[in-house]
Amino acid sequence: MSQTGVTVREPWPDARREETGLQFAMWVFLATEVLFFGALICTYAVNRWAHPAAVREAGRHAAFAYGLANTVILTLSGLSMAIADRAVKEQLGALAKACLWITLALGTAFVVIKALEYYKDISDNLWPGPDFALRGAGARPFWSFYWVATGVHAIHLTIGLGVVARLLVFAHRGSLVRRVPSMTISTLYWEFVDIVWLFLFALIYLVGRT
Amino acid sequence: MTRRQWKQVVATPFAAWAALALGIGLTCGYALMGASPFKPAIALAIAACQAAVSAIVFMRLDRASALVRFAAVSGVLWLSFLFILSFCDYLSRAYPP
Repeated sequence: MSQTGVTVREPWPDARREETGLQFAMWVFLATEVLFFGALICTYAVNRWAHPAAVREAGRHAAFAYGLANTVILTLSGLSMAIADRAVKEQLGALAKACLWITLALGTAFVVIKALEYYKDISDNLWPGPDFALRGAGARPFWSFYWVATGVHAIHLTIGLGVVARLLVFAHRGSLVRRVPSMTISTLYWEFVDIVWLFLFALIYLVGRT
Repeated sequence: MTRRQWKQVVATPFAAWAALALGIGLTCGYALMGASPFKPAIALAIAACQAAVSAIVFMRLDRASALVRFAAVSGVLWLSFLFILSFCDYLSRAYPP
């Protein structure tokens, strides 16, 4: 079914209700994600509260330059995704497609930088296994949080890359401007992944800076 | 592209990104200053402001229906319960043992 150039799927009576319904569903999903990452951050907070000095010392070993580069890259990707979303709603297909390519490139750059950072961390024995380089009661939980939180975040981002690639397939078929709801919920997901990173940046990379 | 579209599609998201970039600058600047007080709290407060900007402008909560806004706030609400109940426990007993 098509209405004002936008494809409407069953069971929605019109495009507006479809978009609201899908937005609602996506936000409910994101609320569960907030609790997922929030529970991880709660364990970090308990560790930080119990061992503040050890956590600060452990945080000094986090690669600040990599973290800062990824923060800038991810916020830029959030900007390009937001422009793509608005461009689709205004039927500006070429601009949306260009911005989706930029988002894909920036997201890929994030994953590459993250891989380089992981390589450095492993070389520095910052994996909390038998050869863990740091001492202090809070260091292991800090680095366990680092690997779990950034690893799960990287998985989310990689899924996001797949979502953006799917939108680019629509764009190449010329059907992107008719898929406003798909663009909307994909943007919500991508921006949420950006937001999670802003908190991880503050908790991991800034905690040990002086 | 019309003037309205330029403002709507490009200028507004760029303004929001400028706010995010300012936040990154502030949070890094404060973290790298010597012995400044409340570093984690200020870094998290700035991150929360950045999250709000992103949610309102990039995720379009400014134009969302009340139902969608309610769903968006629900995650933060339940998360606050998680933190309150967890720290009610930890702060009311001797820890670490």
